Amino acid sequence: MKTLVCVKRVPETGARITLTADEQEIDTTHLGFTISPHEECAVEEALRIGGETTVLTLGPRAAEEQLRNALAMGIGSAVLLETDGGDWSAEATAAAIVDAIRDGGYDLLLFGNESADAGNYQVAVRVAHALGLPVVTGIKGIEVRDGVVHARREAGGGWEIFELSLPAVLAVREGLNLPRYPSLKGRLRAKKTEIQIVRPEPRASRLEKLRLVVPQEEPRTVEFLPDAARAAEVLRELGLVTG
Amino acid sequence: MTVLCLVDDDPASLEALTFARKLVAQSHEVQALTLGGEYAPEAWAQAVVEVAAEVVVAAGNDRGSEVMAHVAARLDAPLAANCVDARVDGDSLLLTRQRWGGSLLEEARLLGSPKLLTVAPHTVAANGVATNVTELTPRIDEGVRVRVTRREQPEAGTVRLDTARVVVGGGRGVGSAEGFALLEELAGLLGGAVGGSRVVTNLGWRPHADQVGQTGARIAPDLYIACGISGAIQHIVGCKAAKRILVINKDEHAPIVARADYAVVGDLHEIIPALVAELRKAKGAAESAAAAP
Repeated sequence: MKTLVCVKRVPETGARITLTADEQEIDTTHLGFTISPHEECAVEEALRIGGETTVLTLGPRAAEEQLRNALAMGIGSAVLLETDGGDWSAEATAAAIVDAIRDGGYDLLLFGNESADAGNYQVAVRVAHALGLPVVTGIKGIEVRDGVVHARREAGGGWEIFELSLPAVLAVREGLNLPRYPSLKGRLRAKKTEIQIVRPEPRASRLEKLRLVVPQEEPRTVEFLPDAARAAEVLRELGLVTG
Repeated sequence: MTVLCLVDDDPASLEALTFARKLVAQSHEVQALTLGGEYAPEAWAQAVVEVAAEVVVAAGNDRGSEVMAHVAARLDAPLAANCVDARVDGDSLLLTRQRWGGSLLEEARLLGSPKLLTVAPHTVAANGVATNVTELTPRIDEGVRVRVTRREQPEAGTVRLDTARVVVGGGRGVGSAEGFALLEELAGLLGGAVGGSRVVTNLGWRPHADQVGQTGARIAPDLYIACGISGAIQHIVGCKAAKRILVINKDEHAPIVARADYAVVGDLHEIIPALVAELRKAKGAAESAAAAP
């Protein structure tokens, strides 16, 4: 079994997001970086399934930090599709990943369902389509048996179950598992592991970012209630107490 | 401009349809398409591609996002995900779309044809009903490799988090898995569902399916009661579509208080039992009044 996990370096935003002066990016001067919770679960799942594992990211040289975190958790090897930073469209990202892995012989490709920042919900599907592989998104349960993936997705309060034959692509959600913490031994190994670096060609998209905007929230006026009795009255006034 | 909107029988579809109608501004009719039969994303996407509309709009829920991603891959076209606004500007569309689950917005220009969009759920006030609906059952041929092979229905009597009128959410302040019994009781009295913050599902106090937040459920109840939740951005994104928010928290300066309509400051372990007692009293009074001759 040979599994590839794709992750994305994103800033750890605090309580307030601040933009750069040109309104093109988040001001990350004082921020750390991470990967999305969905992707942490994808990394964990690759380890749980076992076999040969590789982590891949498309991003600036600094994204080595996220690759090394995955290596520290136990992933075997890492690939960086190095860019000059900035946003790559979903089409360009998928094309670069396809070029890099086409001949990799992977049985399973795992993605986070959507990145924390762009939330495009489509890179996994585009990669699968380009490689002619079956794909399903929103997955919160995976079992691999006899060359078939049984993948579960929440739907209408219950579950939908899909069966895909390997090789296949899955976009997963947090809740799939509880990711482990890297061990000290893992961290030491991760430091020494050589990361394979590829420089993909960017490609233009017909979806052009003009600028980012921090939304103005409608100001809410909080009414402080003195006690539970008053809270119960409010619930009645709102028509939420039946009987 | 031919505009196609994928319509399912959920509220998010009606929001997407409202969005599409506003975009064409009555000058053209929006063609609504309801796909039926067994869900198979490849077959559904192929059916959309065959309509050959200039603009295709769908709800940004699981199915809408998945089918549209397949359509985009087939047509090698961009897909603008989670739009909250769009207007026509010459041959292009000027869009506003969510990033970071809606805590940040992006203004973008979408060029070329076809133009593919999904609409972020809970951001458009749905109005009207679906008209001019074409129903179609996509053909499932040998090329279709992915489809639902089995379903598990929810347990009878469970109130769904994503459609509940009232949601009672708990955070770290609840203190333990057992502490949620209080919240269950309150939710039960209000016919509501119980949810939790990411902290709570990561600690295993609640199953992940109960998570309200960017990586869990996005809810839009009439009332969200947030108990012992500080209000990280990732959580706010999941609950900000609630019509009203009542906070029960020890810390009056917790970020969630600034997002609330009502707040009771104090220990939830005292306030919730008192609130439950008040609600029982009211219920008892109503029942004995109803039972009186």
